[in-house]
Amino acid sequence: MTVNTRTVKGLLGKKLGMTQGWDADNKLVPITVVEAGENVITQIKNLEKDGYAAIQLAYGAIEPRKVDKPTTGHFAKAGSTPRRFLAEIRTADTDIYTVGQSIGVDIFEVGSKLDVVGTSKGKGFAGVMKRHGFSGIHASHGAHKNHRKPGSVGAGTTPSRVLKGKKMPGRMGTDRVTTLNLTLHGVDLEKGLLLIKGAVPGPKGQLVFVRNAVKETD
Amino acid sequence: MNILDDLDAKSLRHDIPDFRAGDTVKVHVNIVEGSRSRVQLFQGIVIGRSGDGIRETFTVRKVSFQVGVERTWPVHTPVLEKIELVSRGDVRRAKLYYLRKLRGKAAKVREKRDNVK
Repeated sequence: MTVNTRTVKGLLGKKLGMTQGWDADNKLVPITVVEAGENVITQIKNLEKDGYAAIQLAYGAIEPRKVDKPTTGHFAKAGSTPRRFLAEIRTADTDIYTVGQSIGVDIFEVGSKLDVVGTSKGKGFAGVMKRHGFSGIHASHGAHKNHRKPGSVGAGTTPSRVLKGKKMPGRMGTDRVTTLNLTLHGVDLEKGLLLIKGAVPGPKGQLVFVRNAVKETD
Repeated sequence: MNILDDLDAKSLRHDIPDFRAGDTVKVHVNIVEGSRSRVQLFQGIVIGRSGDGIRETFTVRKVSFQVGVERTWPVHTPVLEKIELVSRGDVRRAKLYYLRKLRGKAAKVREKRDNVK
């Protein structure tokens, strides 16, 4: 078994929306604002007991009345009130954290690269052109009621079925999407805001996970 | 009211004069060439403002050597040294795109006379 030696820093947050700002060269920068205030460490997993090293993060307000007893107990063990979301980060440097500790946006350096994981916006039932980028069929040249269709879905008698995994119309969106290597433009320590250059997946109000870039290349 | 208004408020400029479509303005643009920077002037008629808050932009049109030139900037961009209001125009619409089709004297905007008010 290989032991994970990678160290990952991460926060759970809420996408608030997009705005714009200016960088040091007065160039316009598109900014996504992610509210990643107080993240509480509710559990630390280690190699001996759990078989892997990880920290568990909790984020988001929830009315204590709505939380069941076992979950409340789990949070109480960390000395925290219940939170809405939990996430686990597999990281080798778990010893720098303590259970019950609260971490915030100051763990990231301004100018560093980040990855943002979110759930993309739902597009509903989409055709092959939108969903898979098919080219469709001629707009004119005699095409009749046959413009956005997929065309042939396979050969005839052999194999006399449609191959599994064939790209077809269907539900599109609400997938887990990761945007890699976004630059952290700035932070608002007071309000716990991350100002990230570029777009992140999902609608406003969506839960997103922000971590330091795993595939950073300069 | 937007959630991000508070955040944007920090980047808004308060030294911008109140101007609208039809006004003639002198725009002082900071231009960086290598390590040197200088200020370039662009004078013309504002043919429209678009957007809101920090995203708001304005377009200035002038005719230079019989060629129409239009430049658009964000209102709150730090690139602009300053915006000088030269004169107020008397116009009836918010976007003066019709000026693009007009030449010479017809493309003029009447100046607003304050005492008429």
